[in-house]
Amino acid sequence: MDFSLSSEQKMIQDSVSRFVLNDYDFDTRRKILGSTTGYSQENWNVFAELGWLMLPFSEEDGGLSGSMVDLALVMEEFGKGMVVEPFIATTVMAGGLVALAGNQQQKDDYLPKIMAGELQMAFAYAESQSRYNLNNVKCSANKIDGEFVITGQKSVVLNGNHADTLIVAARTSGDTNDTHGISLFLVDAKHASVTRQGYANVDGHQAADISFDNTPTLGLLGELDIALPAINNIIDRATLAICAEAVGAMQIAHERTLEYAKTRKQFGRTIGSFQALQHRMVNMFIEHQQAKSILLMAALKMDSNNGSDAKALSAAKSRIGKAASLVGRESIQIHGGIGMTDEIDVGHIFKRLTTIQFLFGSTDVHTRRFASL
Amino acid sequence: MNSNFTAEEKDFQQEVQQFLQEKLPKETARKTKSALHLSKEECVEWQKILHKQGWAATNWPLEHGGTGWTQTQKYIFANECAKAGGPDVIPFGLKMVAPIIYTFGNEEQKQRFLPDILASNVWWCQGYSETGAGSDLAGVRTTAVKDGDEYVVNGTKTWTTLGQHADWIFCLVRTGPPSAKNQEAISFLLINMHDPKIKVSPIITIDGRHEVNEVHFDEVRVPANNLIGTEGQGWTYAKVLLTHERTGIARVAISKDRLVQLKELVATSPNGEDKLMDDVIFAQKIANVEIDLLALEYTELRTLSAISTGQAPGPESSILKIVGTQIIQAIDELYVEAAGYYSMPFVPYQFYDDYDGAQIGPDMATNSSLRYFNNRKTSIYGGSNEIQTNIISKAVLGL
Repeated sequence: MDFSLSSEQKMIQDSVSRFVLNDYDFDTRRKILGSTTGYSQENWNVFAELGWLMLPFSEEDGGLSGSMVDLALVMEEFGKGMVVEPFIATTVMAGGLVALAGNQQQKDDYLPKIMAGELQMAFAYAESQSRYNLNNVKCSANKIDGEFVITGQKSVVLNGNHADTLIVAARTSGDTNDTHGISLFLVDAKHASVTRQGYANVDGHQAADISFDNTPTLGLLGELDIALPAINNIIDRATLAICAEAVGAMQIAHERTLEYAKTRKQFGRTIGSFQALQHRMVNMFIEHQQAKSILLMAALKMDSNNGSDAKALSAAKSRIGKAASLVGRESIQIHGGIGMTDEIDVGHIFKRLTTIQFLFGSTDVHTRRFASL
Repeated sequence: MNSNFTAEEKDFQQEVQQFLQEKLPKETARKTKSALHLSKEECVEWQKILHKQGWAATNWPLEHGGTGWTQTQKYIFANECAKAGGPDVIPFGLKMVAPIIYTFGNEEQKQRFLPDILASNVWWCQGYSETGAGSDLAGVRTTAVKDGDEYVVNGTKTWTTLGQHADWIFCLVRTGPPSAKNQEAISFLLINMHDPKIKVSPIITIDGRHEVNEVHFDEVRVPANNLIGTEGQGWTYAKVLLTHERTGIARVAISKDRLVQLKELVATSPNGEDKLMDDVIFAQKIANVEIDLLALEYTELRTLSAISTGQAPGPESSILKIVGTQIIQAIDELYVEAAGYYSMPFVPYQFYDDYDGAQIGPDMATNSSLRYFNNRKTSIYGGSNEIQTNIISKAVLGL
């Protein structure tokens, strides 16, 4: 058994860590959020140049054949800077689906552009009634003159407002809750029949509600009717990615809280000298360490099971959700009023830790899935 | 001992219901229920409606224009208001400074300030906290130095809620020499906010709103007769006020109503194959909060009953602050969870009149995260919950 990083892993961790430290300070991030796209194309180009966008793809597809552990290393560093560039939406989810389900032509059409940073994509799967049930799909694709057209709506599509191309999960047969009968389609996001209502989420990430009205597709991705396993697989990978992001964010939340507690004085002493607060900061530390451990467990198990281990992944999301909740809330409380302000980073970390708890399945949903497997 | 309403109390309940039905503006009620921002005009309008009815000052004694209600009547009124979506009156004038004025102020101050507070002609804000003196109020550094028949005030107050609207501010200021003990050096001073030497700068909170401010005093001259009571006694007055403030902070009536609404929401919220209500784990979480809230409600009733028999709220009011805010935050968290993906979009502008897009997400989801973020403050303000725990440990348990 050896948990030490390989030299390649250290290299990629160092390069992301340096980028976050040097080029992604809190003020820079704030400027990016205020821009029209809500993320930085310049940063995206840097991601491409440094090869980060190639990481999750196999060598046959032109990528670096990165493992889930590698992905987790990158995302943990992203979490420390609360990076908002759509790495998960475009690279992990949409790119991952093309690599997993696409035919050679589709891979050739999309993957090189994704890896070069030239194409933005988004995966539209959730609907307003579906909650976290991936097989609950109403949005439908029907054949008209031998070609599929899509009609329906999708909710809170990450990167949905800036994506050039969408991957849409649509029902091609069966009833709303059937596991069979779901297919994936590539869709031109700028087609006239696509209505996108974009907005920023509370954590600063961009998203959109999207509706389709007899929208033609750019092709079926994978096989007709049996897309659910691929969807599950990709959502699990994206879930591991945000779990890792949460671990990085928790580390920063804890560090900031410690720094503050060591300098902030009340009643003539630093607040860190009060035992009542010391124990709570120790609890934050324990939660962060537990989260880091279960993340590693899940990434290793997924790697040794061809990138997929639902039980291990759900264990991680459930435990990390609990940790994220405690660490986020405590970092605000121990900061006091200053933690409530938009001006300092701890509130923003708290907001990202909050959305991560409800993204790709809540803590309860994953606890239940863990128990059922 | 019994917890049933008498016939008179039931009549009163009906009267309150009818009043709310007829007089509470519908738009104000809708916004309050959805935790949307109320404009200054809407707040003032509602207090004026209450004042016309003689119900603005539920906690004041009759002689100063209050309702003179029993604790049971106050309890009924709070519950009916929460149910109907009647917003809390802005507390700074009515609930915070007025009791100090009618308890410790002189005749002239009572005549001068109380009628306008009651009629909502002036907007007050609170000047207690400072950077470096949050829950540790004895650490205030804003100075008021006597110069003839005026005080010259210098310093900065912070977390001044809705201070951007205020006409007056009540402040804790340092009047004693630096060598004096804190408890003898702090005074309670009323200051006109329209003084050009006062600057108000906004603080934006994590929910994206402008609710709190910093207030800067640069050589502000304040007439000495704006001092309440005796110089150096401000700390004592403030402490009396704070125990009262903590009782109100529990917000039991509002939490009760929010739980009722939450249960209605999850009964109709789709959850893939079924409804969210059918989710046993979620239903159990709601039940746990509901049970905690029942215990808190009876803790509050016991406290109120003690007040009505002449005992001031003691350090036990800290229990109400701690548990009340824990419950508020737990309910907020359940709303976020119920909203699922729609807890994520940040689109507060969709609730303003000039928004012409489609609404993002179902009604139940609107603002759930923003309220969750904003209400993290409840365990921090009014003396943080850690401070309340210390109060119980020292003053009740004698540790």
